Amino acid sequence: MTTVVRGATYANSYRDSVELMGIAAELERLPGIVRAGLVMATPANLGVLAEAGMTAAAAEGVRPSDMIVAIAAETDEAAAAALARADELLTAGASGGGGTEDEGTGSQAAAPSTLRDALERLPEANLALISTPGTYATAEAVKALKHGLNVFLFSDNVSVEDELELKRLAAARGLLVMGPDCGTAIVGGIPLGFANAVRRGPIGIAAASGTGLQQVSTLVHRYGSGISHALGTGGRDLDERIGGSTMLAATKLLLDDPSTTVVVLISKPPSARVAAAILEAVRDATKPVVVTFLGGDPAAIRAVGAHPAATFEEAARLATRLAGWVQDAGGTTDDVTMEDAATNALAAATGRLVHRDATIVGLYSGGSLAGEAKLVLKGALGPGRHDRIIDLGDDEYTVGRPHPMIDPRLRNEHIVATGDDPGVGVLLLDVVLGYGSNSDPAGAMVPAILDARQRAASAGRHLAVVGSVVGTDEDPQGLALQERLLKQAGVALEGSNARAAGLAAAIIVAARGSATAGGTAVG
Amino acid sequence: MSESRMQSMLTDGVRAVNVGLAGFAEPIREHGAPVVALDWRPPAAGDRDLGLLLARLEDDPIDGVGRQIAAANATVMERILAARPMLLDVRPAAEALGLGERTLLHSGPPIAWERMCGPVQGAVIGACLFEGWAATPDEARALADSGAVRFEPCHHRSAVGPMAGVISPSMPVLVAENATGGNRAHATLNEGLGKVLRFGAYDASVMERLHWFADVLGPALSAVLRSTGPIDLKAITAQALQMGDEGHNRNVAATSLLTRILAPAIVSTLPTATAVAMLGFLRGNDHFFLNLSMAASKVTMDAGHGVPGSTVVTAMSRNGVDFGIRLAGTGDRWFTAPVGVPDGLYFPGYGPEDANPDLGDSSITETAGIGGFAMAAAPAIVRFVGGTPADALGFTRLMEKITLARNPGYGLPALAFAGTPTGIDTRRVVETGIAPVINTGIAHREAGVGQIGAGIARAPLSCFEDALRALAGTLPMEGGQ
Repeated sequence: MTTVVRGATYANSYRDSVELMGIAAELERLPGIVRAGLVMATPANLGVLAEAGMTAAAAEGVRPSDMIVAIAAETDEAAAAALARADELLTAGASGGGGTEDEGTGSQAAAPSTLRDALERLPEANLALISTPGTYATAEAVKALKHGLNVFLFSDNVSVEDELELKRLAAARGLLVMGPDCGTAIVGGIPLGFANAVRRGPIGIAAASGTGLQQVSTLVHRYGSGISHALGTGGRDLDERIGGSTMLAATKLLLDDPSTTVVVLISKPPSARVAAAILEAVRDATKPVVVTFLGGDPAAIRAVGAHPAATFEEAARLATRLAGWVQDAGGTTDDVTMEDAATNALAAATGRLVHRDATIVGLYSGGSLAGEAKLVLKGALGPGRHDRIIDLGDDEYTVGRPHPMIDPRLRNEHIVATGDDPGVGVLLLDVVLGYGSNSDPAGAMVPAILDARQRAASAGRHLAVVGSVVGTDEDPQGLALQERLLKQAGVALEGSNARAAGLAAAIIVAARGSATAGGTAVG
Repeated sequence: MSESRMQSMLTDGVRAVNVGLAGFAEPIREHGAPVVALDWRPPAAGDRDLGLLLARLEDDPIDGVGRQIAAANATVMERILAARPMLLDVRPAAEALGLGERTLLHSGPPIAWERMCGPVQGAVIGACLFEGWAATPDEARALADSGAVRFEPCHHRSAVGPMAGVISPSMPVLVAENATGGNRAHATLNEGLGKVLRFGAYDASVMERLHWFADVLGPALSAVLRSTGPIDLKAITAQALQMGDEGHNRNVAATSLLTRILAPAIVSTLPTATAVAMLGFLRGNDHFFLNLSMAASKVTMDAGHGVPGSTVVTAMSRNGVDFGIRLAGTGDRWFTAPVGVPDGLYFPGYGPEDANPDLGDSSITETAGIGGFAMAAAPAIVRFVGGTPADALGFTRLMEKITLARNPGYGLPALAFAGTPTGIDTRRVVETGIAPVINTGIAHREAGVGQIGAGIARAPLSCFEDALRALAGTLPMEGGQ
């Protein structure tokens, strides 16, 4: 079959990649379309088009500020239809669009296009949320800092050198840079980025982990307490090269903040030197400090008078209790024991259905949740196993496509594939709700889960599916609805990711010990 | 110690600017916090390094470079806005500009004879004939070919000329003085339309007019100005902007106002025949004030020139081949790029294929915040590009995005008397990709045919990019570049 390549160029017409990828996905569903790509004409993107054999779609002399629609189709007619549809979608999306503004039309109050313009509209602004492509993010952040704005820097692909420059500029101005690659924060009840809707309360969080922050803040909410501020630092802040600059600033902010009575610090394992510096900053603090450095040494934390927590759930329970919410915390020993008992019973029952040599596959959208799951599994099952915990939000999976929290397609492909993998007995999942996430992540995942279970069953195996939902009853997706959809699809749901990973491990333990291993039952 | 700005964000609550993904603004708004969403596009047309350079050149009270630029621009703008251009006199160029023998000034950035476009070469030939350096056009051409004529931009002598902008030693020039700063600037006398030197014509009628300028009009104007005293050019422009002029392509109101001011002195000072000829000439030349507007603009912008660190554009000019700009902070350096053909309407029988690329020093008016920048004052002009009165307002509003101030002396009725956008900031041009708008006449590409249309030109962005890089080179930049 031959394909034709057609393209259209929209000069000086910037759209963010999330929108463009959404339109491309819709075009690819049209009949006769082999491939559709909508990209800004940056050198990198032109390279991507060349790799895809779609160079012909790019006009001569395009500039990085131009947007290209590239179509590979079976026929000219199909390509033309796709280009027309793309134009419709692009036009529909251009509400208040600035494309014509350059030509001097008399439009009254076009949206501001530079930070300086925006500050004329809101001179008292104190924060810039920056989510441009990483290539341009440093410049936007430098401008914001120079204008005296704190920065929430969602963008990734910002170099270490740039991050250092930004944090140096910020420090000299008494400003906070959250990020780069900061997914989430909550400042005084205002959600930034991929945050959840959580109650305000006395617990302050400083986190170098986006989903770790989400997990702790949502659990604190479920336990009846709330969040004063949850400040993100970006994942690389605790790297040796950055030295925890933002974490140190955020920790001090929370220790000084009158609305915060308990401080929680969260990170993937920091460098030893940075960890020491941060712990030194909370030594003998006037407020209780809970520290979760995934895989870190609890003794070092105790040594400065802080409270170590091995998992995000433990951090949330501990913080809630320290904040005085003992009554409603759901964090009493009794509650935990009851949950543990239920988990054990479920594990025992499921373990009988799963092959004794079965492995666990974890398909994660949250990087820190994946990291936490690995630790829990290693703790419960020991080393030397062949379980695979995959962070599908990692750069290697997200080049040229949306994050799995937004677009479920990539994870769904992986889910279905586990149904055909004879070695897999347990599928472990996270579902992350909140602003910015997919509007119905559970619903989008259910068909793939059912498909995977069906494939396994057809091959005479049981595929246990275990998961947890990070979210609250106030999130736009609704925690209860999302949980119900997953339960209906046969997912064994736990209240936290650590607990879900624990159940996955318990199933394996039960399967090893089960006399009837071999998997004849169908779930 | 007072509260840091990160602390006040926690205590006062978030007030945000959203730069990037539109969806991030919504939850903030839903939770009742103020948020302004940018219609963000990559700055500097997606050139990452230039975008970063821009960020590092941003005003900043803390960083040394940002502080220097802000202070330099404040000084420049203060001088520009405080300038009071007065018309003092009309003197021969040899005297007023110190023009030596065999030296001709031309519009735009420097250019050699060989590279000059048709209309400029025509004007050079005409000037050689007028000065008596050559007896025939062929002799004039041979003289220029031989290298015996020295060429220099008008701008190098604090002068400006429309279109070809050729000034020779015997031509009378307007002398404008800035009553605030004391600096002076000069411009030729406007010849009117038709066969004129500035479009490269050099036939007998052109020569006859040039001689009348040198022998009669120039000395007569000088005498009249001695009688009236210095004439406040800014006051005339301010009134004209409220009467449908924009100070570049439409000058009928300002010319009329000037004539009204001069008329009594013309009648009382000059012999009747001269007075009649002069008033007749003013009556027949709607654009007479253009050259005064240019001299006023030049004296205003020169007042702000030469402040290290300033990103303000103090000259934009074209020679029909290159477009050039100068910055207040980069001294006498020109930053040039090839100049294009204006977008406009053509007189019957002509079209874009006949047009010369954009030409003349008259874009000094836009540099000073009038002309295309004051299009809101002159809806009639916008018809040159098939536009509507709303478009006229749009052009002025668009120029607000690339300028540092609104000139309180030049209120625009259609914009609730907001001042004209003044002081082009090179940083804003590069960041937004919004090129300055220039109202302009369109010359025929062949010498002497004259004006064949009028329209709007946009300054080429690469001049501004180069200028910004050069300015950064004069500053103690931290970080990489």
